[in-house]
Amino acid sequence: MHLQFVQNVPFFSIMLCMVSGIVSAMLPGRVAKWITAALAAVVAALNAWLTAFLMDYGQSYVYWMGHFPAPWGNELRAGLLEAVLAVGFSLIMLLSVLGGMRKMGEQVDGKKLNIVCVMLDLVLAAMMSMLYTNDLFTAYVFIEIMTLASCALIMSRQNGRTLVSAMRYMIMSLLGSGMTLIAITITYNLTGHLLMENIHESLAQLHASGEYTTPLTVITGLFFVGLGIKSALYPFHTWLPDAYGYSTPTASAVLSSIVSKAYIFLLIKIFYRVLGMELVRDNHALNLLFLFGVVGMIMGSVDAIFSHDLRRMVAFSSVAQIGYIYAGLGLGTTAGFAAAIYHMLMHACAKSALFISSSGLADASGDSKRFSDLRGAGFRYPAAGVCFTIGAMSLVGIPVLGGFISKLFLSDAAISRGGVHLWMMLLALALSTLLNVLYFMKTVVTLYRPPRDGFVAPQFQKSRLSAWAMWGFVALNLLVGLMAHPIFGAIRTGLTMFD
Amino acid sequence: MPAIIQEHLEEIVAVLLFAIGFTTLLLQRNLIKKIIGFNIMDTAVYLLLTSVGYIEGRTAPILTNGVTSAEYYTNPIPAGLVLTGIVVSVSVTALMLALTVRLYRRYHTLNIDRITLLMKGEDN
Repeated sequence: MHLQFVQNVPFFSIMLCMVSGIVSAMLPGRVAKWITAALAAVVAALNAWLTAFLMDYGQSYVYWMGHFPAPWGNELRAGLLEAVLAVGFSLIMLLSVLGGMRKMGEQVDGKKLNIVCVMLDLVLAAMMSMLYTNDLFTAYVFIEIMTLASCALIMSRQNGRTLVSAMRYMIMSLLGSGMTLIAITITYNLTGHLLMENIHESLAQLHASGEYTTPLTVITGLFFVGLGIKSALYPFHTWLPDAYGYSTPTASAVLSSIVSKAYIFLLIKIFYRVLGMELVRDNHALNLLFLFGVVGMIMGSVDAIFSHDLRRMVAFSSVAQIGYIYAGLGLGTTAGFAAAIYHMLMHACAKSALFISSSGLADASGDSKRFSDLRGAGFRYPAAGVCFTIGAMSLVGIPVLGGFISKLFLSDAAISRGGVHLWMMLLALALSTLLNVLYFMKTVVTLYRPPRDGFVAPQFQKSRLSAWAMWGFVALNLLVGLMAHPIFGAIRTGLTMFD
Repeated sequence: MPAIIQEHLEEIVAVLLFAIGFTTLLLQRNLIKKIIGFNIMDTAVYLLLTSVGYIEGRTAPILTNGVTSAEYYTNPIPAGLVLTGIVVSVSVTALMLALTVRLYRRYHTLNIDRITLLMKGEDN
């Protein structure tokens, strides 16, 4: 096997994140935060290079860690899908770090700022590993690294709320990773392999011969529920609003747009590359996925309408959006998977924009998150206002923006699937969009209404860096919408490389 | 004892332990007991893993007397996985305990429901 230099990128991305984490641990916070930002930029650039290479190369490749061949060595595997998502997520990481940098300095204890940066580096490392790894147990180890790092990120801003929500997050997460671990163990017991291709082969044989049907169903269920809990699928989302709603803006943005997406991507990978779609389809796990997703689409929006605090509202809307993703996966067709993955990327861009801008808007309203004080905040802090509006419009599904296109793709996939799925999906989409309009457009209108009588506009310092990051988010969201066609094409090509 | 229980004793015990740990982690209100539950749950998985790797009558795969035939040794991979798993669960336990200390210092109780109540009181 002759490797070109660019094919080292997956390995380099992971190692760079790890090394930056170690270096940041020894540096003062004011340096470490720039290292984290630079790291995200470098990883994004490297993966863009890899994407360009893979476009030409036309197939995925396996990277041997330590040059041991298949059954012995640990492997990475890179395809177009992974590379595109890696670019997207590291760009989001970069903008979230820049956008929340000032706030992070204010809300985090000065001596611990570098530790927060270490955690951000680790989240990126875990994200890259989950994208690229070809080994089930490595995936588990990075699930745990991600869990620990995100727990530390939640409590980076120290108050009662964040401590309690970090604890609740940990408890739910551990239930999820316990289930994932036992699923991996049973898979290993059945097949004797840890590399995804080898497991897939053995499981396909077992499935074809009709042996071990009960253990196979149990594994599918455990993976689904375990990773579902960790990515805040509807009935398992109870830890989410507090965890996202009270931490630093960077932490909320990273948690909602990167951490939860990593678990969803891993689940997709396990369905596609470990269990195999035939097996998953035959034991009806996908129908369950679809049902949970559809219920989440509606219930998440209902919860968002009833929350009285801007950031909690944004957090609850995540539950609805994750429902969209799972409903797309639950369709069980390639079109459904592609739509779900596009939605994943789109939601990551929009949600991080919303979290970063809502903290700016709260600043412009005297640190109040109440809706009545937010009146006119869009004029007091134009960048935040525009950023929030674009993010909200994207999630509602205004044409040109990503949200519209992903809803189009989702309904398209549902129409080609037909049957009960079609009607449930279209109804849920319509209802959920309506609810989205209710709470997001209400907020956007509030931002541009004249302030209530007697409201004294607070003095606040705008950070030029955050403002730039917010314009960056606006550009990113527009780009995801305008470039939908090439991105979607890359995702579809990537999915064919995925098998 | 029926033959099936005798044959799969480790597996059955492991699954029972997993269930005990899982429910303790989920339902116990006391944080320390929750952490104990988490450890029982993870240990159950390690029991399951080691019981797969062990083959009766063979020894640990350490080359001491020049025997290189694989027939002579047990499977080392599950043992490696268990070691990795132990490292993970130790660090998670440490973090959970640190969090518990923080919460106890702030609210002077270990009951998660009481802590949640006190936290909501703080806000108002």
